[in-house]
Parts: sequence; C-alpha cells; structure tokens
Amino acid sequence: MYDTIIIGAGMSGLAAGIRLAYYDQRVCILERHTTIGGLNSFYRLRGRDYDVGLHALTNFTPKGTKKGPLARLLRQLKIPWDELQISPQLGSEVVFPGVRLRFDNDIDLLRSEIASEFPEQAENFDRLIEAIVEYDDLDQSHQEISARERVAEFINEPLLLEMLFCPLMFYGSAREHDMDWGQFSIMFRSIFLEGLGRPHAGVRLILKQLVRKFRGLGGELKLRAGVKKIVVENGQTTGVILENGEYLAGRRVLSSAGWHETMRLCDDGQPVTPRSSGRLTFCETIASLDIEPQELGHRSTITFFNDSDTFHWTVPSEPCDVRSGVICSPNNFDYAADSEKIGGTMRITALANFDYWQGLDEDTYRLEKLRWYDFITESAVRFVPDYRNRVLDTDMFTPTTIVRFTGHDSGAIYGAPEKQLDGRTHLPNLFVCGTDQGFVGIIGSILSGISMANQHCLRDY
Amino acid sequence: MTAEEIREEVLDILENIAPDEDLTNMDDSVNFREQLELDSMDFLDIVMELRKRHRIQIPEDDYLNLASMDSTVTYLTPILKDVEKAK
Ligand SMILES: Cc1cc2nc3c(=O)[nH]c(=O)nc-3n(C[C@H](O)[C@H](O)[C@H](O)COP(=O)(O)OP(=O)(O)OC[C@H]3O[C@@H](n4cnc5c(N)ncnc54)[C@H](O)[C@@H]3O)c2cc1C
Repeated sequence: MYDTIIIGAGMSGLAAGIRLAYYDQRVCILERHTTIGGLNSFYRLRGRDYDVGLHALTNFTPKGTKKGPLARLLRQLKIPWDELQISPQLGSEVVFPGVRLRFDNDIDLLRSEIASEFPEQAENFDRLIEAIVEYDDLDQSHQEISARERVAEFINEPLLLEMLFCPLMFYGSAREHDMDWGQFSIMFRSIFLEGLGRPHAGVRLILKQLVRKFRGLGGELKLRAGVKKIVVENGQTTGVILENGEYLAGRRVLSSAGWHETMRLCDDGQPVTPRSSGRLTFCETIASLDIEPQELGHRSTITFFNDSDTFHWTVPSEPCDVRSGVICSPNNFDYAADSEKIGGTMRITALANFDYWQGLDEDTYRLEKLRWYDFITESAVRFVPDYRNRVLDTDMFTPTTIVRFTGHDSGAIYGAPEKQLDGRTHLPNLFVCGTDQGFVGIIGSILSGISMANQHCLRDY
Repeated sequence: MTAEEIREEVLDILENIAPDEDLTNMDDSVNFREQLELDSMDFLDIVMELRKRHRIQIPEDDYLNLASMDSTVTYLTPILKDVEKAK
C-alpha cells in the first residue's frame, strides 16, 4: 500500500514525489511513456541531443536571491543553486514591424527601450510595473479580470500593449485572445522582472537531478506504467489499475495527467465537470547549424516576432500560424567560459492547429511536416539572419507529437484555460497538480507539484 | 533535550531548509520570516522536520509559536524535554 501514488513523471510529478519521499512516505510515480519529462523531455536523434521544449527557464534569479519562485523551489527540493548551473540569457527581443524592444534580466533595459520607442508611455509603463509588483498572487479575487482591460488602464498605445502581451502569451497563456490579470502578472514577473536562463546541459540536467533525488530518498519510479483506471470505492479512490492490468493500492492519488484526462480515468461514472479543454498548441522546428548563431550576427537569446501591429493569440485556421513566432537560440546564454561548446541551434515555435495535424494519414503527415518546416523558417528569417544555408540537420514536432508523448488532450501546452487552483477533485483523496492546476512552464509546474504535495499529501498523513 | 540542545536542533533544521543562508549571526528575538525571509512553505518544513526527527505532531493552530528562535525554543521545551538528543 502506497501513501501516495503519483500519475506522471513530468516536472510536477517528480517534484511532488521528492517532497513526499523526503518525509518518508511510500510513494510511487507511474509514467506511461518509456522515459521521464512529459512536456519537457529530451531525446537523441542521428547522433545529436535535443530538448523537447526547453527554450529557457523563466523566473531566473541569481544565486543568493532569497525571494521568488526559483529560490523557493530550490529550498523546497533541497537542491543547491549550483547544482542546476543555470546561466542567464544574453538578451532577448520583441520585434514588430518597425519596432524592436530589447530586454534582459534587468528591467531597466526594457524600460529604456520603451522610453526611446514610446516616450509618452514611459511613465505609464512604470505605473504598470508598480501594479504588477503589488499584485498578490495568493489573493485570487483579481485573478480572473481581463488583463487586456487592466493593462489598457496604464498603457494607451495599442502597439506597445500588443508587444507586451506577445511574449507573455507565448510563454504561458492557456486562454485565447486575452489572459487573466493574475496570470499576466505572474508571467510578467517571471519573464521581465526576474528573467530567463538555461542550464548548459539543457532540460536533461534538471530531470536527472530530480530523478536522482527522488530515487535517493527511496521513491519508486515505474516507466511504461500507464494508469488505465483510478479505482473508486465508496466515494474515494483506493488505488489505480495499470494498462497491464496490475492493481496498485494507494491512500491517495496525485495526478499530473491533466484535469479532463484525470476525470476520464476515474471509473465512478460521475459526469466530468464540463469545462473547456485547452486548444492552444505548437509546432516547433529545430535546426542544427554548422556555425554558432553569433557568427551570423545573431546574439538574441529569444526573439518574439509578429509581422503586423496586431498579435493574434488563437487557434489558427491554417495548419500553423506563421505570422508570429518565437525564435530561440540555446547558444545565446552567458555560459561559463570553460563550458563545452553547444552545436549551433535555432528553434522556432509557432501556433498550430491540432485538428489539422491529427487528421492526416502518415504519408501526408510526413510531407506536411517538411512543407511547414519551410514556411515557418521562411517566416522567421524575416526577423533574424537567414541561417538556411548553414543547416546540418533538422527536426520538427507537431501537436500530435505532444499528444503521443504526454497524453494531453489536443496537445494543449498550457492546459485548460480554467485552472483548478486548489487542486481538489470530486474525490476527497484524489488531487491534480501540474499544468491544469495553475502554474505553467517548467518552474511553474515544479512549484505546482510542490505546493499540491504540501497542501494535500503531507499534512494529514 | 535542554533548551540549548533544542536551539541547536532548530538551527540544524533551518540550515537544512535554507542551505545557502548564513545563520551564525542569527538574532533569536527576531522573526524568522523577516530575518531569513522564510515563507509558509518553509514553516511547514520546520514542522515536518520536527515530526520526521522526533515523531512530534504540531497542530496547525500552534504554528504561530514557531515565529522566532526564542518563541520556538519556549514552545518546544516542554514537548521535547523527555526526548534524547539524536546523534
Ligand atoms: C514545445 C514546448 C516548449 C516548451 N518550452 C518551455 C520553455 O522554454 N520554458 C518553460 O518553462 N516551459 C516550457 N514548456 C512548458 C513546460 O514543458 C510544461 O509546462 C511542463 O513541463 C509541464 O509539466 P507537467 O508536470 O505539468 O505536465 P507533463 O510534463 O505533461 O507531465 C504529465 C506526465 O503524465 C504522464 N501521463 C499522462 N497520462 C498518464 C497515465 N494515464 N498514466 C501514466 N502516466 C500518464 C505523461 O506521459 C507525462 O509524462 C514547453 C512545452 C512544450 C511542449
């Protein structure tokens, strides 16, 4: 009998597992896939290492910082800052026609960029920052007001407003067109006020540290162990049945499979609370180059681009929306001088239409991937140096890749627009964590796992 | 454990919770929250560590007593008086 059974060995499940195992619970993490990581895993293809998602970690704060999500997370998992070896970004940018706003991990750069591009908005921007600093993320009463309306109270230049929303939506909005003010504030802090960073070895370093820690504390991790059913008896869960038929008994279950996905696993015939599932998903192209991007004159860490004055954050009618995107070069972080060279890499993320990709037969799918790889790249090189004649190898994934590896409905990267902030379900001993609980991104989902473990699985056992 | 041993034990727990923190100049009368910028998650850890190490349960209503070193030692002294210091 386990004290806690955790569904999913992504960031949130692993983090929750560490907390519980540290306090001597018998805990087992069940992962359907053959490897760990979920939405942010890693793989090797034709002799090259790839990260599935990782562009950058948000919430980067330097060593010694006591406040903020990164410091809190390291303390809770008892991981020393040095072990993650996160290096700060060189500097990123938001590019719209005729305007380029650079930013880095010091908000003063963005401030001065805004002061020179939009002089009459400089003071307004300062007042917006004040409001965001004051926003209390534990007070959920303002959580759901429209961020567009709230930000427009400060910023009355529509182009600047779009340019501020673009990066924040790309890195964390499950909602189309708009964000909640709460989520906007959290994302603004985590990207503009804290900042971006990356471990030199990529996401594998983070995942390996998490697993080593979990196992070292006596936690059990089972791969190829998909949960088929969450068993419900007399109004509570008693454990799970795996796809191979095995039954595992548990006093409680914590699931990172997603809200709908978790509800479907319950075999109690209860109707699932109607709630729209997330529809925003991505295609991503990855190009390995024979040269470092900086040698081509590209120093930006992340370039968020949009080719008109209005930014559209919605499911595209086309297979991919190439009007906007995120271009990331993992080379452009301030790594330690003695660190091994990373092969030149350019990654581009674009919004995609799940239904389109899902509906293709295998041959068409392969052809469409090639075609859209070209369209996405062609669009991106309008904003960064053209690297197309320096490409050694490429890879690309689509919304169906995400479904295959994570089981999230529609390949929804940031989950359902409506979050289950308290992590509770209709059963008293079944809880959700991860993307659909509230926080998104790598740092967000790790914190989600930690806080759900603390709130629901530690206190009463 | 004596009050002094309890103080040592709490210091050890704090060191464990906030490994990058310098605790040598700790002021026992000042709140942990201000001094070390501990948040509610960290307070839960103090409680959980005490449970893990000494099998004592601290009810949620009593968490207030863990505000500073002085108040923590005062609160824990009767509870831990019969407990041997672990080595
Ligand atoms: C392309 C892409 C790029 C990204 N880029 C960034 C970035 O640059 N920075 C950033 O911070 N974040 C990024 N993210 C987001 C980040 O990866 C996610 O927010 C985070 O990994 C979510 O973790 P999670 O634990 O909530 O969910 P998941 O990682 O999805 O974990 C859920 C796990 O549960 C497993 N599972 C599901 N159903 C079952 C079942 N029935 N039985 C057993 N196991 C099951 C799944 O296989 C999965 O491993 C990106 C995501 C993607 C897809």
